[in-house]
Amino acid sequence: MMNENCKNINSEKEALLKEIQECTFYIIELGLYLDINPDDKEALCLHNKHANHLRKITDKYESMFGPLTINCPCNKWRWLEEPWPWEKGGND
Amino acid sequence: MWLYQKKLEYPVNIKNPNPRLAKFIISQYGGPNGEIGAAMRYISQRISMPDQKSKAILNDIGTEELAHLEMVSTMVHQLTDGVSPEDLEKAGLGDYYTDHGWGTYPQSASGMAFSAQTLQVTSDPIADLQEDLAAEQKARMTYEKLIDLCADDPDVVDPLRFLREREVVHFQRFGEALNNIQDKLSKTKFYMNQIVDR
Repeated sequence: MMNENCKNINSEKEALLKEIQECTFYIIELGLYLDINPDDKEALCLHNKHANHLRKITDKYESMFGPLTINCPCNKWRWLEEPWPWEKGGND
Repeated sequence: MWLYQKKLEYPVNIKNPNPRLAKFIISQYGGPNGEIGAAMRYISQRISMPDQKSKAILNDIGTEELAHLEMVSTMVHQLTDGVSPEDLEKAGLGDYYTDHGWGTYPQSASGMAFSAQTLQVTSDPIADLQEDLAAEQKARMTYEKLIDLCADDPDVVDPLRFLREREVVHFQRFGEALNNIQDKLSKTKFYMNQIVDR
């Protein structure tokens, strides 16, 4: 039962992180495009959609699994928690 | 990953261009004790650090150094912006102007391009952190020389004093990280990823 719970939490964490990575990449890609084509309304609209979504899912992730940046307010300094992104398990 | 924030860590507002000072200050951009070297050193060394605190402190100081890099390039830009080629040459920047114009190129005050040979990454936490302590002192020393050379302009001295003070804080934190690792090594039993019995 315990193991099952842990597995569920881990898979939720992974799924949410993947969603954040995808959403961040949308914003990076749209940002590059908009730097050169700032008047493209369709791209701007897509950027807004993803930027708003990113804010929401980042808040959710950080409240459940700990900080993604040092700007995240917290009661306990969870920034130290491993793994870091370059370590085994830190990136899946 | 990194995300850019469109602001400086500490304000830089230099009202009077002064290419003579830019020629000195550029050393903290790409010189042997400069901010590019500092950022690359810490961001590279963090990967092989053995414990939580040293990974975090190298990550976060390395990140702050990128913000300092931006402050130094802002100072160089404001000190040379709108200065004529003749005045650049009079200030000793004729050679610099030839290759880089009004751009900000990572080099030392004497014109040597940035080199990763100014830093080391050994995967030995004691060696790496000792280097980092020395690096912070060398940067502190360089900022003090720059503060002496730039004493006439408070707009220049103010951000230099901020940057100098950050070196002192970084030195303190690296010292604590090193003590922490040495304490662990002095125990009869210790468990860390990288350090094995030797």
